Amino acid sequence: MLIVENLRIQFPTAAGVVEAVQDVSFSVGREKLGIVGESGSGKTMTGRALMRLVPAPGLVTARRMSLEGIDLLSASERQMRAIRGRRLAMVLQDSRYALNPVMPVGQQIAEVSQTHTGANAKQAQHRTLEMLEAVHIRDPERVQRVYPHELSGGMGQRVMIAMMLCAEPDYLILDEPTSALDATTRVQVLAVLDELISRRGMGVIFISHDLNLVASFCDRVSVMFAGRIVEHCVASELHLATHPYSRGLLAALPRIHDHQSRLPVMVRDPAWGAASDGAA
Amino acid sequence: MITVEELRVDFRRGEDILNAVAGITFHVTAGESYGLVGESGSGKSSVLLALSGLAKEWSGTIQIAGETPTERRSMDFCRSVQMVFQDPFGSLHPKHTVDSILSEPLSIHGLGDISDRVSAALTEIGLDQSFRFRYPHQLSGGQRQRIAIARALILAPKVILLDEPTSALDVSVQAEILNLLSDIRDRRGLTFVLVSHDLAVVAHMCSRFGVMHLGELVEEMTVERLRTGEPEHPFTRQLIAAARGYEPATS
Repeated sequence: MLIVENLRIQFPTAAGVVEAVQDVSFSVGREKLGIVGESGSGKTMTGRALMRLVPAPGLVTARRMSLEGIDLLSASERQMRAIRGRRLAMVLQDSRYALNPVMPVGQQIAEVSQTHTGANAKQAQHRTLEMLEAVHIRDPERVQRVYPHELSGGMGQRVMIAMMLCAEPDYLILDEPTSALDATTRVQVLAVLDELISRRGMGVIFISHDLNLVASFCDRVSVMFAGRIVEHCVASELHLATHPYSRGLLAALPRIHDHQSRLPVMVRDPAWGAASDGAA
Repeated sequence: MITVEELRVDFRRGEDILNAVAGITFHVTAGESYGLVGESGSGKSSVLLALSGLAKEWSGTIQIAGETPTERRSMDFCRSVQMVFQDPFGSLHPKHTVDSILSEPLSIHGLGDISDRVSAALTEIGLDQSFRFRYPHQLSGGQRQRIAIARALILAPKVILLDEPTSALDVSVQAEILNLLSDIRDRRGLTFVLVSHDLAVVAHMCSRFGVMHLGELVEEMTVERLRTGEPEHPFTRQLIAAARGYEPATS
C-alpha cells in the first residue's frame, strides 16, 4: 500500500507562505487512483512529494507517507534512489524538460533497465526496442537514436512511459501521461498501460485534468481544488459527484450529443479551499 | 463567404516536400461556423494557414471574404479576416502592453479614436480597464486568450479563423472562452472557421464540420447528423469513440 496522511506542501516566498497542498490523505493499493483538478490545484506536487522530488524551497510535511511499510518521509537519499524507478516511478508531464537533451532517447531508456534490473547492455537495448514498440512507436530502431528535441510531444510522452515501464515498478505515478497524444493514439497507449498494470499488479496514481479519461481509466477518483482533495468517488460514478467544484467541472465540458447554447460557467466559492471538518 | 476548392498545401524543406493538405473542397456561408476536426498532422492547421495567407505554397482555389489570400496580405484582407492562435503564451508580444498590442492594428490601418476603441475592445471581451497597461506575463492563460480575441476583433473583421483556441486552457476557462466566442459571433454576425482536435468543442461551436485525416477531408457532416445518425467514415467513428474516454478492449 502507498499511504499518504495529511500531506502538506508549503513554499515560502517573499510575499508569505504559499500553501500548495494541504491536508491531503489517500491510499493506493493494487488499483488505479485518479487525481483530477485544474492547473495549480496541487496534483503534480502531490505526486512529486511521494517521489521526494519537491523542488527547493518547498517544504513537505505529513503525518504519514509510506510505501509498503517504508517511511518515505525519513528515508535517506540513498534509500530513495533504490526506491525511485524500481518500487515507485513517476512519468513526468513534459518530456521536453524531463529527458536529458544531450543523450539519444534509446540510451536513456536502456540506462533504466541497466540500473534497475541488472540487464547487460545488449539485453537493455533489446528491451528498449520492445518497450518502444509496446507504446506504439512506429519505427523504434530510428527513434532510439534520436535526441529529445527531435521528438514530437506525443512521441516524447510515449518514450517516457516506455522508460518508466522498463524497470517494472510496483507503483507508478503518471502525471498527464497522454495530454499531448491524439485521441486515437491515447486510447492505444492506455490499453498498453492497462495491460501492463493488470499483468504486473501495479498500483497507479493517474494525474490528469481530463475528467472523462480519468473516469473511464481509473477505479477511484479524487478531485483536487486549491491544494485540497474536495471529493473522493468511485470512478464509474464520477458523473454523480456532489461537490460543487466537481459538478462545475463536469458541467463545463462541452458535450457531443447534447445541444447547449452556452456552457455553465463555474463560480468559485472561496469556502471550497478552506479546511472542512472530518472529510479528507 | 469562404470557398475552398481542390486546396493543396505543401511545405518545402530543402529537397523534401511534405504534402500537408491533399486537395480538399469545402464552402462556408456568411454567418456560419464551420469546424475542422482531426488529429495532429492531419493538415487541419495548414488549411487555416492557407486561408489566412500564411502558407507559402498552396494550389487550388481560395475565396475568402471576396479575396484570394496572397503572401503579402492586403490591408483590406486584414480588415476582413483575422486569426486567433492556439498558444496565448506565444501569440502575444511579451514586451508589449495590452494597450500597444491592441493599438497597433488600429494605427497601421490609420483608424482614429484609438483610445476609445481599445477601451471598448476590453469591455467587449470581459476585462476591465485595469488590464490595459499590463504585460502578457501579468495575465493568466484565459486572460491572454481574451486579449488575442480582442486583437482579432479590433479591426471589425467578417471572418475569424480559430486554431485550437482553447486547447491550452483548463476546462472551466475553456467554457468561459467558448461562451465569449459564441456571444461575439451572435452579436457581430461573424463567420468562424474553427480548427480543433476536440470533437466536443467543434460540436458545441459549429453547425457543420469536416473531418480531416492524413491531409484529406474524409467526411463532412452537420452537427445535427452527428447527434442523430451514425457517421460513415471509420475514422470519424474512431474519433467519437475516443472522445468518450478509455474503453477496455475486452470485457
